[in-house]
Amino acid sequence: MAEEFNITKHSLVPEHSRLTEEERNSVLEEYNIKLNQLPVILQSDPAIESLKPEIGDVIKIIRDSPTNIKQEFFRVVVHG
Amino acid sequence: MVEYAEKKIDSISFGLFSPQEIKKISVTKIITPELYDREGYPVDGGLMDIRMGVIDPGLRCKTCSQKLKECPGHFGFMDLARPVIHINYMDRILDLLRISCRECGRFVLDDEKIQIHLKKLEVAEREKRTKDKRKIVREMVAKLKLAKKCSHCNAKQHKITLEKPSIVLEDSKRLTPTEIRGRLERIPDSDIICIGMNPAVARPEWMVLNVLPVPPVTIRPSITLESGERSEDDLTHKLSDIVRINQRLFENINAGAPEIIIEDLWDLLQYHITTFFDNAVAQLPVARHRSGQPLKTLTERIKSKEGRFRHNLAGKRVNYSARTVISPDPKIKFNEVGIPKSVAMELTIPEKVTEWNIDWLKEFIKKGPTMYPGANYVIRPDGKKKKITEDIVDVLLEELQSGYIVERHLMDGDISIFNRQPSLHRMSIMAHKIRILPGRSFRLNPAVCTPYNADFDGDEMNLHLPQTEEARAEAEILMIVQKHIISPKNGMNIIGSIEDAISGIYLLTKDVEFVKSKAVQLLISIGIFEKEKFSKFKENVSGSEIFSALLPEGIDFVGKSKDGESVIIKNSLLKKGTIDKVSIGEENGALIRSIYSKYGDEVGINFMSKVFKLGIVTLLELGFTTSISDSDLPPKVLEKNKKEVESAYKKVDELIQEYEGGKLEALPGNTIDETLEIRIVEVLNNVRNNIGKNVNSGIDEENNNSITMARSGAKGNMLNLSMMAACVGQQSMGGKRIKGGYRGRTLSLFKKGDIRPESKGFVDKGYKSGMKPTEYFFSAMTGRDALMDTALRTPKSGYLYRRLSSALQDLRIEYDGTVRDAEKTIIQFKYGDDGIDVAKSDGGTVNIKKIISQIKGK
Repeated sequence: MAEEFNITKHSLVPEHSRLTEEERNSVLEEYNIKLNQLPVILQSDPAIESLKPEIGDVIKIIRDSPTNIKQEFFRVVVHG
Repeated sequence: MVEYAEKKIDSISFGLFSPQEIKKISVTKIITPELYDREGYPVDGGLMDIRMGVIDPGLRCKTCSQKLKECPGHFGFMDLARPVIHINYMDRILDLLRISCRECGRFVLDDEKIQIHLKKLEVAEREKRTKDKRKIVREMVAKLKLAKKCSHCNAKQHKITLEKPSIVLEDSKRLTPTEIRGRLERIPDSDIICIGMNPAVARPEWMVLNVLPVPPVTIRPSITLESGERSEDDLTHKLSDIVRINQRLFENINAGAPEIIIEDLWDLLQYHITTFFDNAVAQLPVARHRSGQPLKTLTERIKSKEGRFRHNLAGKRVNYSARTVISPDPKIKFNEVGIPKSVAMELTIPEKVTEWNIDWLKEFIKKGPTMYPGANYVIRPDGKKKKITEDIVDVLLEELQSGYIVERHLMDGDISIFNRQPSLHRMSIMAHKIRILPGRSFRLNPAVCTPYNADFDGDEMNLHLPQTEEARAEAEILMIVQKHIISPKNGMNIIGSIEDAISGIYLLTKDVEFVKSKAVQLLISIGIFEKEKFSKFKENVSGSEIFSALLPEGIDFVGKSKDGESVIIKNSLLKKGTIDKVSIGEENGALIRSIYSKYGDEVGINFMSKVFKLGIVTLLELGFTTSISDSDLPPKVLEKNKKEVESAYKKVDELIQEYEGGKLEALPGNTIDETLEIRIVEVLNNVRNNIGKNVNSGIDEENNNSITMARSGAKGNMLNLSMMAACVGQQSMGGKRIKGGYRGRTLSLFKKGDIRPESKGFVDKGYKSGMKPTEYFFSAMTGRDALMDTALRTPKSGYLYRRLSSALQDLRIEYDGTVRDAEKTIIQFKYGDDGIDVAKSDGGTVNIKKIISQIKGK
């Protein structure tokens, strides 16, 4: 059998990374928000499976944008 | 005057009324279906009991002793002989019956799991994830439904089904509402929390009614017909049905009637109460008037487009507005709107009397409502509104003093808000200055048709008059036309010169010369009076010089014209090039944007207005017409086109022969049949293009205004012209050549399987020479198809837009550049990923090079 397909290496899947506690707090501080005001990502999302995310973790996504070359985006991990 | 009490709402809790509460808020018990006694006075204990509020002028409410309009109305109640299910809670009741034990009333979930479940809910509550809470509950209910045994008392659980709309069966044995209520009563408070209900304000058994609240008469007023007869509200009708059946049920129970009769009456009571709440329940016959028209009960009052929300709360009607047909007037300014005198004398502006304007305002009052410019009303400082009539005009003039308000007629320069539906973007509603004109229609400059998407084939538009100084100031500062020249969708100017104005400026800046007197006359006629500008003129004045007189001082501009030539303006003088659509047109005008960004909206709109007028007066001066002879072609070109068509037909025949002989080679990824089709289409497209080129180069450009219009971008293009002069080309439907509606052919006069150009919708003639019947038929086919397409697409995209705007309506850009919704949840971390305000950018981007060169100067 062929080796398992790794979707995170696919060109259309942007780079996901988990923020440390410190980074997370600085993001929340920068935007002056609470965790529940962030966009969400499911814990079971295949793109972050390899990061072993916990509920409440913040995931940083760096993706291509038609108006800005690279755009940072943050999502909080939720149940599901 | 009404007095207001200011109170702050701390919190709102939603719950159900308990029977005790219903009785507590009630002022009377309804016991009789009678409404009025013989004198026509409301019966005590009837449905129109005046303890529940008054609807007759003069009467006073027996509860609060207030008059009509002051008394808010009070609830009554009705004891039901047997309990009845509230239809809107049917789903919830069913869920509860299924997940609770039929013996002990506990949820069929052991205590440990209940604790885990509650913990989950608590976490979701704390993190304000309401959606998740619902999901957790839904999952639990779905799981518990399948339980076979109670985990507390080990009792066997039966299958509960619903026979719509409100009959509950347990293993095919019917559960009466009384039994249902009994089961719901047994569920302990501690379990109820698990499905997200708060037992303090919503016990489940309250979803089965044994006391029915009767709404106050003020929400179901009766109307007196001309004949003096009373006509009751639909709700009153329904309630009297309920009272009547309820009484019969009571009587039968007390008389010990057989169970079947009681059950029938009970079902009937259930039906009436269900339709009282919702008269559109599936599987239930609709309750109707004697005339057969369906009753409008509680749910119908609230729901849908004609309901309370969309009709009365979201859709308010206003005063100080007007609506009429629109027509064009190129002589008024872009930010003006022409108003008929009849409208100006009906609509008013409130003007506060001060010692400085009192004499001025007295003149209006003297003229009154019948002469223009007059006034319609005078408002005294105590709020009394007096209509100005001949009888009291002298009294009013005498008592007029500071603090009074005069509602005077509209005058030139007043600010108004102008709108055309559908209001799809913010430019659909803009502020215009009023200009009183003769006639009966609203007049607008044709250049502002684009933002409103208006034309003059019978369109109507609305006009509103802001009534306070604040509103007028906001309209003038934020909404006036010149603030909306640059569209926020792409950073282009949505307003610009159109049609004749472009033709005129194009001709003017191309190669026209006027004698000095004529040139000055032109400029004066469009409102340019500065003598310094005229003094520079020599004996003969070129068009570019006249155009340059409109340019604001100190403008430098380098651009391109439509055909790629460069346009150079140096120190406000047009040095080189012709001005056309690319410089001054809508969605295009580079020159307009450059002036707008350098000098601001006032200078910008002024320049555009002047350019527009200059274009039109130039055309008037030069004369401009178009005729069939514009599409005349020299014989040589005609001959060339004919050969082009003939050789193409020959080529297609060759291709077909090659195909039939099996010699045609397939293109990669296509079958032979597809290849043949592709090759034929290719040949036919080439004919079109070649003929277009022939027309382009061969047509006589001398005195040809159609070409002027195409070249300047005013209207039409060379393709349209060659379609008229030489060849319409291939008619296509759905991206393919016309397919046969007959078996194997397009029309019955062709042979089956004929794929020659003429049988598949190729029109080799122009509109001028006329088409063959088959060609005409094909072009009619595509014409109808296009018509149908637009007619079907408009409502679809309209509904799509409604859903989209409802979903996005409370998103906004916060001061930190993030896009957030009403809960301040982040949608975008930076607006558009780059934080650029498109309306203030250069076509959606920031051109740093340009900014630097502007700062550095020449």
